[in-house]
Amino acid sequence: MIGLDHFLVLSGVLFSIGLYGALTRRNAIAVLMSVELLFNAVNVAVVAMARYTTPVALAAERLETLLTGQVFALFIVTVAAAEVALGLAIVIMMYRNTGSVYVTDANSMRR
Amino acid sequence: MTESAAWAILFLPLAAFLLNGLLIRPFLGPQSPLAGYVTIAAIGGAFLLSLWALQQVVSGHGEIGWASHSWVIVGGLDVRVGILMDPLTAIMLVVVTGVSLAVQVYSVGYMHGDRGYVRYYAYMSLFTASMVGLVLASSVLQMFVFWELVGLSSYLLIGFWHHRPSAARAAVKAFVVTRLGDLGFLIAILYLFFHQGAFSAEGLNALEVRDVYTAVGAGLLGSTAVTWLAIGFFAGAVGKSAQFPLHVWLPDAMEGPTPVSALIHAATMVAAGVFLVARMFPVFEASDAAMNLVAVTGGITAVLAATMAITANDIKRVVAYSTISQLGYMMLALGVGAYGAAMFHLFNHAFFKALLFLGAGSVNHAAGTFDMRFMGGLRRVQPWTYALFLVGALSLAGVFPLAGFWSKDEILAEAFHEGSVVALLVFLLALAAAFMTAFYIFRALFLTFHGTYRGGVERKADDAANPDTETTLAADEAEFVAAHDTHRAGESPWSMVVPMAALGVLAVVSGFVANAPFALPGIAAHWFSEFLFPPGGHGEAPTFIAWVAALSMLLALAGIGLAWLVYGARSIAPEKLTIRPLYLLTVRKYYLDDLYERFLTGKVFYNWGAGLLEQFDHDFVDEVSEKIGGFSRSLGGIVSKLQTGRVQDYGFLFVFGAGVVLLVYLLR
Repeated sequence: MIGLDHFLVLSGVLFSIGLYGALTRRNAIAVLMSVELLFNAVNVAVVAMARYTTPVALAAERLETLLTGQVFALFIVTVAAAEVALGLAIVIMMYRNTGSVYVTDANSMRR
Repeated sequence: MTESAAWAILFLPLAAFLLNGLLIRPFLGPQSPLAGYVTIAAIGGAFLLSLWALQQVVSGHGEIGWASHSWVIVGGLDVRVGILMDPLTAIMLVVVTGVSLAVQVYSVGYMHGDRGYVRYYAYMSLFTASMVGLVLASSVLQMFVFWELVGLSSYLLIGFWHHRPSAARAAVKAFVVTRLGDLGFLIAILYLFFHQGAFSAEGLNALEVRDVYTAVGAGLLGSTAVTWLAIGFFAGAVGKSAQFPLHVWLPDAMEGPTPVSALIHAATMVAAGVFLVARMFPVFEASDAAMNLVAVTGGITAVLAATMAITANDIKRVVAYSTISQLGYMMLALGVGAYGAAMFHLFNHAFFKALLFLGAGSVNHAAGTFDMRFMGGLRRVQPWTYALFLVGALSLAGVFPLAGFWSKDEILAEAFHEGSVVALLVFLLALAAAFMTAFYIFRALFLTFHGTYRGGVERKADDAANPDTETTLAADEAEFVAAHDTHRAGESPWSMVVPMAALGVLAVVSGFVANAPFALPGIAAHWFSEFLFPPGGHGEAPTFIAWVAALSMLLALAGIGLAWLVYGARSIAPEKLTIRPLYLLTVRKYYLDDLYERFLTGKVFYNWGAGLLEQFDHDFVDEVSEKIGGFSRSLGGIVSKLQTGRVQDYGFLFVFGAGVVLLVYLLR
C-alpha cells in the first residue's frame, strides 16, 4: 500500500537532487532545470498532502477546501512556466553579453 | 539738481552697457554701428549732467548733501548707498565723462570694422559707468564695489583681443597685480568695520565716507589705527594707480586697443588710485608716517618710470611709463599735502595724456606699427596728428603756458614750500623727473614725426627675424590693426582727429583757465584751488615761487633741447650718452618683472611655498588618508572572501543556514 510517506520521500529525493543541481551546476540552463526539479518536488508534496490529510468529513461538507492543494500545485506550475520563460531570456542575454552560459562567469558585480 | 539726476550720470552709461550687451549684440549683430552711437549718446548725456552737477556744486560753494539710503542691514552692520557730491566728485565726474566721451567718438573711427565692435562699446560703457560709480559713492563699501568693477572692466578691455595670448596674459597680469593692492583696501574696510563700536557710540556709521572724516577729525581712532587705515587705502591706490612696486601691469596693459589705453591712463583706472587717496585724504593727513610713505612712493615712481620711458622703443610704452611717472607726481603732491595741486594735475593730465594716446593710435594708423624705430617723418603725412601730439608733448613737458606747466609747477612749489626733509627729497626727485619727462616725450616726438620714414610695419616684419630687435608686445596689436586698416599712410579719419583736437584745446587752456593767477572774465583767480580743498580744510591760493617755476621751465627746455640734439638734429649720437649698464637696467625694467615672475612667482611661490605645501600634502594628508583607507580595505578584504559573486555559493550558504536552524529547532 502506497501511503503519504512514499510521496514525501519521493518529494524529498527530488528536492535534494534539484538542490544539488542548482548549487553545483555551472551551466545556467542546468541550474534552471534543477530549479524546475525543486518546484516539482514541492508540487508532489503539496498534492500528496492535500490528498491524504484533508479530513473526509470536512471535504464532504465544504467542497471548496477539498481541492486546495491541487489548485495550489496548478498555480505553481503556471508560475514556474513564467519563471522558466524569464530565466531562459536572462540566459540568452547573458550569453549574448558574455559569450558564456556558465554562472561562474557572471561575476561582474564582484569588482 | 535732484538726486535722481545725479544717479542718472551713473545709470546712463550702465544702460548703454546693458543695451549693447543684451539687445544690440544678440539681435543686430556684433558689428552694428548703432552700438557706438548709443554709447556716445549715453556718455554725452552723462557728460552734460556732470557739467550741470559741477555748476551746481560751484554755485552752492561746496557739497550737495543727499542722505544715503539703507541697502543692507544685518545686526549692527548698516551698509548704505548714496551719492557724495562734493567738489572732488564734481571735478572727477567732468574729467571722467569728458575724456570718455572724446575716446568713444575717436573709437568710432579706430575700431571701425573690428569683429568685436559692439562688445567693445559694451565694455567701454561698463568701464565708464564703474568709474562714475566709484566717484559718486558715498560709502566705503559702495566705493569698493565700483573699484572692483573698474578692475573687471579693465581686465575685459586689456584682454579685448583675447585670441592673442599676449593680450590674455596682460589682462590677467593687470587683474592679479591690482588685486594685490585691493587686498589692502579690503583690509582697511574690514578695519573700519571692526572699529564700528567707536563710531556707533557717536552715532556714526563706520562705512560712510563723511562719518569717517568726522571720526578722524574728532580723534575717535588712535594714531596707529589711522596710520594702518591710511596704509591700507594706499595699498589699493598703489595697485590701481600703478605706483612702484606694483606698476608692472600698466606697460603691459598696452595690449588692449589704443583708445582703451587712453581711457585707462587718462581718466579711469589709474586715476582711481589717486582719487581714493584724495577721497580718504583726512585719514592720510592725520598720520605723518602715511603721508611720508605716499610722498616717497610717488617720488620714486616718478623718477623710476621716467627712466624707463627714456629707453622704451614703443611709442605707447613711452606714454605708458609717462603716465606712471605723472601719477607718481600726483601721489607725491598728495604726500606733501598739496591736495589741490594733485587733483589739478590729475585734471590737466587727463586731457593731455588722452591726447597723447589718441595721437599714438593715430600714428599707428599711418605707420602700422607702434615701434618708433620704424617711424619717422610722419609730420608730412599726418600734419594734424603731429600738431596735436606736439601740443600734448609740450603740455606734458610742462612748458609755459600750457596746462601741464601750471599744475606741475604748483606741485613743485608746494613740495618745496612744505619744507620737511621728505618734502625736500621728493622735490628733488620731482625736478629730476621733470627733466626726464621733457626728454623722453620729445625723443618720442622726434623719432616719430621728424627725420625720414623708416619703413613702418613692413620693415618691422623684416626685422622680426633679427634677434637683436626687442620685439615689443604692442607691436602685435599694430599688425593686427593694420590688417583691418584702410587708411594707411595718411591722415586719420575725422572721427579720430576731432576728439583729439578737442582734447588739444583743453590741453592748452585747462591749466591756465581753471586756475589762473589773476581774474579772467567770469572766472575768479585761483578758481580751482579755491574750489577744491580737502574735506574740513579751506580753499587757498596756491603757493607760487618764481625761481621754482623758472627752474622747472629751464629743466623742461633743457630736456627738449637735448632731445632735439640727439634725435632731431642728430648732432649727438645716442650711443655717446648711453651708460651701458644703466641702459640695460631700464630696458629690463629694473628686473622687476623678472623678480616678480621668475623669483616671486616661480621660486618663492611655486617652488618654496607651493613646494612646502605639496610636501605637507604628500607626507601628511595623503599618508593619513591612505592609512585610514588601507585599514578599511584590509578589513573589507577579509569580509569580501564571502562575496564570491556566485549565486550558487549564496544558495549553499542559505541552505546550510536553513539546515542549522532546522537542526537547532529539532534538537532543542
